Amino acid sequence: MAEQTAVKEQNTATAKKTVRFDIQRQDTPDSKPYWESFEVEYRPNMNVISALMEIRRNPVNTDGGKTTPINWEMNCLEEVCGACSMIINGRPRQACTALIDNLAQPIKLEPMRTFPVVRDLVVDREVMFDSLKRVKAWIPIDGTYDLGEGPRMPERKRQWAYELSKCMTCGVCLEACPNVNDKTDFIGPALISQVRLFNTHPTGAMNKDERLDALLQDGGLQECGNSQNCVVACPKGIPLTTSIAAMNRSATIHSFKNFFGSDHLVD
Amino acid sequence: MRDYDFGLRRLHSLLGIIPIGLFVTQHLIVNHFATGGEEAFNKASGFMGNLPFVNWLEWFIIYIPLMFHAFFGLYIAFTSKPNVNRYSTYRNWMFLLQRITGVFLVIFIAWHIWQTRIQKALGTEVDFDMMADIFSSPLMVAFYVVGVVSATFHFANGFWSFLVTWGVTQSQRSQRISTYVMTVLFIALSVIGIRAIFAFV
Repeated sequence: MAEQTAVKEQNTATAKKTVRFDIQRQDTPDSKPYWESFEVEYRPNMNVISALMEIRRNPVNTDGGKTTPINWEMNCLEEVCGACSMIINGRPRQACTALIDNLAQPIKLEPMRTFPVVRDLVVDREVMFDSLKRVKAWIPIDGTYDLGEGPRMPERKRQWAYELSKCMTCGVCLEACPNVNDKTDFIGPALISQVRLFNTHPTGAMNKDERLDALLQDGGLQECGNSQNCVVACPKGIPLTTSIAAMNRSATIHSFKNFFGSDHLVD
Repeated sequence: MRDYDFGLRRLHSLLGIIPIGLFVTQHLIVNHFATGGEEAFNKASGFMGNLPFVNWLEWFIIYIPLMFHAFFGLYIAFTSKPNVNRYSTYRNWMFLLQRITGVFLVIFIAWHIWQTRIQKALGTEVDFDMMADIFSSPLMVAFYVVGVVSATFHFANGFWSFLVTWGVTQSQRSQRISTYVMTVLFIALSVIGIRAIFAFV
């Protein structure tokens, strides 16, 4: 009995603990995707990024064939930039905060196909930047002379708006949304929340009608279908569905004023 | 069409409640007279069918809004990409069911109009016997039960998203309470509708 236990212990100590990955790869933007499996040695506290780095050091798949290193994007490594967003075990999220200990194996990695795939796990999210420009997601403060200080913002409002400002344009909510796809032009939940953020700011509110007009164009706010996946998926816990409903109310008032009212600018 | 997308979507949302949702409620309640016997039903349906300007009322309160809602709704349904296997949350299921019932209702209502209103136009009398005749087939009973439940679901859940779409319910709390209210509405209307069906069987 004692012997057996000792043998068991020895086996656990010598057996190499490995982590298995099934990764969907794609060589060029137009080529066909294919799956490749990898096994890397387990280390305590490792995350998907460190595992991908390990594969990059020695790009050999489970069939023993030498292959090209996997392409992915990363930057901050602390879930504030959104660059490493990908689909991990079926759900879009950031690879940097995806700890191996919390994931079922084999760990499946796929690119977020809502966006055009550049290579492997790298996608082109420029469409979100274009949408940000479209809805004027900034606060104009430039003039031909010194405009002075802006109006004050109540502190409690600032704290609340800070939550909305955590959006890192990672694209996870667009990937989760059933209405953001190749058949629609829906700009997605994140962008709607950004309009709310900039319309809340006392200086930003000076252009709120322009943002609302942009938000109600083709592919805008109205394409939301209330599946409410966005608020479940958002890694930053942004109240996206509340933002959407709030913009819906603003849009109702704005469109009534536009149609029935006269000389309405700003508010 | 793209420039008017916002207006069209809001119109689609509004028409689903006024007049279509109101009409469905009224229709199910009038049908419920059947539980009081053949005479009660014939009296009620005779009253509805002989309203002054009945053709105008039908076109402007039912057919035109309903056709717009149905065809624009098909466009909305088929441009979505449901993903309940990824997010099997309550709301995501409601999103999918709203589209499934919507597509089914286009088929069901087309068939229902053919079986009743068009037959009336061709000279058949719409009365208790007509429905009793239709429901002599168990297949038709099943088809109508699914149709009625789809309609009450689509209306109740559509009412929920109407309140969000127009910016009435914004907070999580108000949206949750509105879910409860709509569930009660769904059950109440379903009971009324199904009781009417089985009154003919």
